[in-house]
Amino acid sequence: MQLSVNFLGLMVFCSILWTSCTVDDKDLWTGIVKPAHFPEPFFKVEVTKEGFELGRKLFYDPILSRDQTISCGGCHNQSSAFTHHGHDLSHGIDDLIGMRNSLPIQNLIWHNSFFWDGGVGHIDLISINPIENPVEMDLRFGQAIAKLNTDQNYREQFKSVYGSDSITGSLFLKSMTQFMSMLVSADSPYDQYLSGNSNALSAEEIEGMKIFESKCASCHSGVLQSDFAFRNNGLQEEPFIDDGRFLISQFEQDKGKFKVPSLRNVEYTYPYMHNGNKNSLEDVLHHYRFGIKKSSTLDSLLIKNGKLGIELTDEESSKIIQFLKTLSDPKFIRDKRFSEQ
Amino acid sequence: MLNLKYYFYSILLLSSFTILSCHKHDDDDLSGTGTLEIEFDHKANGQTFAFGQDYVNESGETMQFTEFNYYVSNFSLVKSDGSVYTVPKDECYFLIREKADGVNTKISLSNIPAGDYKEFKFTIGVDSLKSTSPAEQRTGALDPAGEAAGMYWAWNSGYIFVRVEGTSPAAPLDPGTNSNKFRYHIGLFGGMNSPTLNNIRTVSLKDKHDDVAEIRKDHHAAHLHVFVDIMDMFKSPNAISVATNPTVHASPFSANLANNYMDMFVLDHIHN
Repeated sequence: MQLSVNFLGLMVFCSILWTSCTVDDKDLWTGIVKPAHFPEPFFKVEVTKEGFELGRKLFYDPILSRDQTISCGGCHNQSSAFTHHGHDLSHGIDDLIGMRNSLPIQNLIWHNSFFWDGGVGHIDLISINPIENPVEMDLRFGQAIAKLNTDQNYREQFKSVYGSDSITGSLFLKSMTQFMSMLVSADSPYDQYLSGNSNALSAEEIEGMKIFESKCASCHSGVLQSDFAFRNNGLQEEPFIDDGRFLISQFEQDKGKFKVPSLRNVEYTYPYMHNGNKNSLEDVLHHYRFGIKKSSTLDSLLIKNGKLGIELTDEESSKIIQFLKTLSDPKFIRDKRFSEQ
Repeated sequence: MLNLKYYFYSILLLSSFTILSCHKHDDDDLSGTGTLEIEFDHKANGQTFAFGQDYVNESGETMQFTEFNYYVSNFSLVKSDGSVYTVPKDECYFLIREKADGVNTKISLSNIPAGDYKEFKFTIGVDSLKSTSPAEQRTGALDPAGEAAGMYWAWNSGYIFVRVEGTSPAAPLDPGTNSNKFRYHIGLFGGMNSPTLNNIRTVSLKDKHDDVAEIRKDHHAAHLHVFVDIMDMFKSPNAISVATNPTVHASPFSANLANNYMDMFVLDHIHN
C-alpha cells in the first residue's frame, strides 16, 4: 500500500513535469540547431523564441510596405520554400514587376552574400533591400521604422523582447534575422541518406547523385549545392539584358554573372534562373546540354573541347532530375513554426 | 631720453612675454590625453560655399548645389617623432553635412595622448569591415534608418561616401524632377567576400608651415581648420562635365570622382 502511494505520487509528479513541458514550450526552444552533416555556418546568429516570433510577425505584416498591401511573406511563400511560387519575375507594390526571379529564403546563415548579384554582404541587411525597392515595398527604411513606432502593439512586443519600446532600425533588423535564420531545411531524403539512412534514396536516385557530382558539382558543390561564386551560365548573349554581379562590383569581368544558387527544395522553387525563364527542371537540364549561349564571360566549365554545354545523355539527365527531387524537404514547407500565425 | 629708453626696453620685455605665452614649451607636461577638434569649412572655387549660388566648373559649366554630404572615418595622427596614434575606429565615423545655415561642422576626437602632432590622416567613406558589420554596429552616423538616410545603398549594401546633388543648365532635363539635375553618389568599399571596385580614399593633411597640433591635458582642444573645396571634385586630372556625366552612382566612372575629391581637403591652419 505504501509502495503504491509512492508510485502514484511519482506518477502525478511525472505528469506535472510533462504538463509543464508541453504547456510552456519555451523549455523546448532549441534555437538554431546545426545539422550534423552541414558545415559551420558563415553567420553565427543567436535566436531567442521571442525574437524569432517577433521576426515572424514582421515577415507576414504588410505594414512594411508603402500602402500596407504587401508583406515579405506575400512574395516569399512557405509552400515554395519561401520564393514567389510560379512567377518568373516577382511582383511587388502596385503590381510592378521586379527585375529578377525571387530567391528562396532557406539556410541563409550558410551563405556569404545575398541576392542573385551578392549585393548584400551581411544577413542583417537583407530586408532593407526589398523595403526600399520601388517595385517591392517602396518605403524608405526610416519610414518603415517610424511606422512601426506608431504601432502600440509592436512597441510593447519590442519592449518585451529587447527591453526597450523604442523601435530602432537595428532591433528591427535583428528580429528579421532571427526569423529568417531559423528557416533551416535539412530533412530531405538526401539529408537522411547523408545522415546514414542508406534506404532514403533509391538506386536510381543514388546514380543520379553520382552523375550530378561528376557533371554539376564543380559549381553546385557541397551539401548546399553551391560554391556561392558568381558565374555566367550561358543564359544571355551580349550585350546582356542584366549585367548581374557587374552592377555591384563594377568590374567588366563580372558582367552577366550571378550567384550559383543552392538547389535545396528546387522542386518547389520553379521557375528557375535569375530571370525565371526556365519553367521545369527538364528545361534547366536542356539548357545546360543544348542552350548555352556564348559570351565573353561565359564560365569556362561550360565549354569542353570547344563544345558548349555539359555532355549528358537523356537517361543521365532524367536521373539527375530524380536526384534533384530528393532535395525536397516537405517538412520544411509545412513547418507550422514558420507559417503566418 | 632716459624715459624713451625705458619705454623701449619695456616694450621689448612685453613683446618677449607675448611671444613666450603664444608658444608652449618643451617642458610641457606630456602626460595624459587631450582633444583634437577638426572644422570642415566648405568652399567653392576658393569662396565661401553656399547652396543655391552659381559656381563655374573647369568645363565652363555653371553649377548650383542642393546637397553636399560625406563620411570621414578611421583617423590616425602622426606625432613629430613619426610615431602614430590610431584613434579607436568605433569612435570616429562622422557624417559631415553642409547645412543651409552655413555653420561649419566641427568634429571632436577626444582621449588623444598628449603630444605634438604634425600629420592627420583619415578615410573618406566607410571601410569594408564596418560596411559589412552586423546591425547593432550601425548606430549614430551609420544608422540607415536614422542619420545615414540617403547615405546608404540597400541594393549594394554599403554607404554612400560622398553625395553631391544640384542643378546646372548644362545638365540634361531630368524627367523625374523636371529640372536639370546632376547627382553624384560615390560609394563602393571594395567588397568583403567577393571584390568590388574600391573607392575608399585616404587623405593625409599637413600644415603648409609645418605647424603642429599641441595636444595637452587640461587644455582647450587643438583645432584644425580644414578647407574643403567642392569644385575640386570636378577638376583635373579628371575634369568632370555635368553635360557628359550628369549622374554618377555605382559605375566604373565613379573612381574618377573619388580620385578628384581626395584632393579637396586642405589644412589651412592650426589653432593651439
